[in-house]
Amino acid sequence: MLTLTRISKSFGPLRALDNVSFDVADGEVHALLGENGAGKSTLIKIAAGLLAPDAGVVGAQRAATISTRVGIVAQHFSSISAFTVAENIALAAGWRETGRAAECRAAEVIARLGLPLDATAVVETLSVQLRQRLEIVKALAGDARILLLDEPSAVLAPREVTELLQLVRDFAAKGGAVVLITHKLDEVFAAADRVTVLRRGKVTFTGPVAGETPDSLSRAMIGGDLPRVERTVRAAGKVVVRAERLVVERVPLDFAFRAGEIVGVAAIEGNGQRALLRAIAGLDEAAPISGVLAVIGPVAFVPEDRTTEGIIPTMTLTENLLLGDRAAPWWLDWASLRSRTSALLESFDVRGGDTDTPAASLSGGNQQKLIFARVLERAPCVLVVEDPTRGLDVQATAVIHERLRAAAARGAAVIVHSSDLDEVLELANRLLVMANGVLTEMPITISREAVGDAMLGVVGST
Amino acid sequence: MIELALLTGFAAAAVRVATPLALAALGETVSERGGVLNLGIEGAMLAGALAAAVGAVSFGVAGGVVVAILAGVATSAIVAAVAIGARADQIITGTAVTLGMIGLTGLLARLAFGDAGAGLTVPTMAAVPIPGLSAIPLLGPALFAQSLFSYAVYLLVPVTIWLLFHTRFGLELRAAGESPSAARAMGVRVARVRTIGTLIGGAFAGLAGASLVLAQVGTFTEKMTAGRGFIAIAIVVLGRWHPLGAAMAALLFGAATALQFTFQASGSAVPYQLFLALPYLLALAVLAVAVGRRKGPAALGK
Amino acid sequence: MRDALLTAAAFGLGLLLLALFLLMAGFDVPLALSALWRGAFGSWYAITSATLVRATPLILLGLAFTLGSRAGALNIGMEGQFALGAMAAAWAGTHVGGLPMVAALPIVLASGMIGGIAWMALPVLLKLRFGVTEVISTLLLNFVAEAAVSWAVSGPMQEPTHIYPQSAAIAASAQLPKLLPGARLHLGLVLAVLVAVGLMVLLRQTRWGFALRAVGAGPRAAEVSGGIRSGRLLAVALLASGALAGLGGAVEVSGVSYALYLNLSPGYGFTAIAVALLGRLQPLGVVIAGVLFGALEAGAGAMQRDAGIPAVAVQVVQAVVIVTMVVAGRRVDHGEHQ
Repeated sequence: MLTLTRISKSFGPLRALDNVSFDVADGEVHALLGENGAGKSTLIKIAAGLLAPDAGVVGAQRAATISTRVGIVAQHFSSISAFTVAENIALAAGWRETGRAAECRAAEVIARLGLPLDATAVVETLSVQLRQRLEIVKALAGDARILLLDEPSAVLAPREVTELLQLVRDFAAKGGAVVLITHKLDEVFAAADRVTVLRRGKVTFTGPVAGETPDSLSRAMIGGDLPRVERTVRAAGKVVVRAERLVVERVPLDFAFRAGEIVGVAAIEGNGQRALLRAIAGLDEAAPISGVLAVIGPVAFVPEDRTTEGIIPTMTLTENLLLGDRAAPWWLDWASLRSRTSALLESFDVRGGDTDTPAASLSGGNQQKLIFARVLERAPCVLVVEDPTRGLDVQATAVIHERLRAAAARGAAVIVHSSDLDEVLELANRLLVMANGVLTEMPITISREAVGDAMLGVVGST
Repeated sequence: MIELALLTGFAAAAVRVATPLALAALGETVSERGGVLNLGIEGAMLAGALAAAVGAVSFGVAGGVVVAILAGVATSAIVAAVAIGARADQIITGTAVTLGMIGLTGLLARLAFGDAGAGLTVPTMAAVPIPGLSAIPLLGPALFAQSLFSYAVYLLVPVTIWLLFHTRFGLELRAAGESPSAARAMGVRVARVRTIGTLIGGAFAGLAGASLVLAQVGTFTEKMTAGRGFIAIAIVVLGRWHPLGAAMAALLFGAATALQFTFQASGSAVPYQLFLALPYLLALAVLAVAVGRRKGPAALGK
Repeated sequence: MRDALLTAAAFGLGLLLLALFLLMAGFDVPLALSALWRGAFGSWYAITSATLVRATPLILLGLAFTLGSRAGALNIGMEGQFALGAMAAAWAGTHVGGLPMVAALPIVLASGMIGGIAWMALPVLLKLRFGVTEVISTLLLNFVAEAAVSWAVSGPMQEPTHIYPQSAAIAASAQLPKLLPGARLHLGLVLAVLVAVGLMVLLRQTRWGFALRAVGAGPRAAEVSGGIRSGRLLAVALLASGALAGLGGAVEVSGVSYALYLNLSPGYGFTAIAVALLGRLQPLGVVIAGVLFGALEAGAGAMQRDAGIPAVAVQVVQAVVIVTMVVAGRRVDHGEHQ
């Protein structure tokens, strides 16, 4: 079992963990629940020995074994895409074997764990689900009996999540200990025996899952009742995006989006949604192969990868706000640009820097607000958004969602994709599902599970 | 009969000229598999060449080889310290180290051999024909009547293949070259394996410099490597980051250079400068054809 | 202020290491360093006929490297573009005899720029069409340029007597005027400073310069969020970099050598990398760094004459300066990322 006692950890003025105790016993699934920024990742790093606590004790004991390894499945996959499954396992587990010998040993481990995978397959050919399975095999290959899963469902469709949670239960049933880190309540109820809730570095609840309700846990997590958002279906305006027999990757698509709509595109990574969104945004890299794509501009685009595609970290806030400004004169008047920056920082509530600060010094949430300030200032008719709130805390998420709704209310067509299905469902007033490059419209009132099946390309099961 | 003699001479020259290129390219293959694009191997070769000359004069040919390898390792150690240790830009670091080595070897050569550097003769390594094999027509003299450096290439190709693809170190090195962050997450000490890879590359480059001096030219002159280290980098690309490919690609460049001797001997009217430029033009052509086909290590140069 | 301190520290460290090597090698270090100083700043003549004359091509080439670097491209082939620029300028200079200076000089300088652009055309094509990094292609072309000059001065461009491996002298109207009586300093320095000012204004004040810096600092963001076609912009920046390097060659022919020679550049194309980095990739910084390295080159000549130390030894200083500046530059970047 694993025991963390009275752990505290600070980063500068930020108190990431304040007197947190946490333990997991053999044969148990213990969920660690909390919003982004609540301190979950810090606690896990300390448990894994990657970070030293300022105060407190970490203990991992297990009778009759000399050492108990902790296997971690991180949120971001850490496999080498160009290597085979066996090479990755060998690397992670520290084996001396290479080549054929490693393949045999990897196949044995895979069989022992009951997680089907082809040891000779090259990782870049695997689906997201299989890549995550590889992460789990890697974590357990070295005979670890404690498994830490950090937000494992973020990249999976609902049906895949169910399979994953079953796997977690099986592992615990065989005597393993599991820590499941999540911010999703339904996963806690589906898989966990006990739950500990973190809020801003403090434990707000700990105890058995049985007897708790979604409301009681969400209050512990958020610190109050969740604000219910009214989904307003407004009268749609004129068509601003229209596609006929449009081929971006392989499959021809037809669709029309209207002013005032928030079109949610639900899809699992790698189903063509990225290229489609970027084609609508008018990026050269996703120029349509054939067909008609008519977009009434101006078009604005918010990319998912904030720090490499959204902003230039080494450039100042003023320069970042100037990016993509087609109205900029050829001779730049920096004084007036700076005053525009000041005004935008003020009205979009961007904190942590002024006109000449490099964008790198802003927090993720403020960087995203900066990007929205840039694109919304240009009053786009079409706003294309990828993963608008990845990695943001609950407050910043609420602000960004409000901005998206306001843009639609002002008459823009908002097309949004998020890898988090719940976010798509929360924002959208029109729902499209993309699977294998095919786009299917679904009623907005349909069940979450049905959407999940459609994302996997499973037809006819509701 | 005359044609066969000409062809045999050409083939033998091709292998002889290819030898330093192959050695440098093998080393650079190891280094690049770990993600380090080392433009400093030109400097390491030059350091190896001077060290070989000085070492051979002082301790004999074998001593020259040892000192050359050490000089190559020392040069690459600077690249490793700055580009890996201090995480500075690999390309600029490598360029600077090569520049510095041009200066340093020029200075030390003057010191060691005086102003009359050009007249210096260094003890050289004679060709060692392998009994039996060297009697095969055409291929025998080309492959088996060479210096020990060429035989070292035959030996080091399987050795580097084994190192890269059949050892734990090779697995870790290639992981560091593909994705340092993922490798680190899997417990690989990235800086350490990259440093070792770069030092191995330096040792090979030092050996390449030694082969240039001891088996080909017989003396040391300022800037004598003349961009061979840079050509080796193109050879690595053409060889698709595989030791066997690197050796084969080096042979192609050896042949292109040997063409020069053959044409000069035949009294052709083509200006000799065209042949001087040929290996570099060939390298450019090869890059254009080879780069698009297959990507190298994903984190190369980062 | 911090930049100035860093620059001084990097240069000082380079000199210190050179002195250390010379000491270990058994040279007379005080004699060597005093010769270095004398050759660089010891007299009015040294300043105006050696240091500033050598600084001129270094500034132009340093600006060439700066232009490429700010767009995120490394032009390691300035040595070759310089040689081709010199070749084109020498060819033009021997054919403009009948023209007045106001026509002849611009033609000669423009020819040099065209020579530099031509030498950069292949790397740009290879980069855009085949994805070959400009680092290797420009580097390899340096050696081809050396062969090309060697061919030119012993073949089609050889001087009329066909004895020496050099071209005929350029027309008097194609020569850059001297700035001061009795000194070798020529109009090229003024030209170099004007180019620096122009480049500074371009980078800081124009939309195109902003786009160029954006591509250099964040290529993906420049494309995705900035709507900038980075490939095209990079091509233009590289060609312009080649043009500046070619101009450097033309200025050297038109202001100093008056003919094409083998090895006209004693490695200016590489020294200029140190110049650009020491100048923090800022045009006016490059001017100052160019003068410092011009002094070093001039002093190296004196050191070779008076103390018997090969001039090539000062490349150690260049290497140390480059390494110091890239390490320091990395620190600054990381500071901004925190």
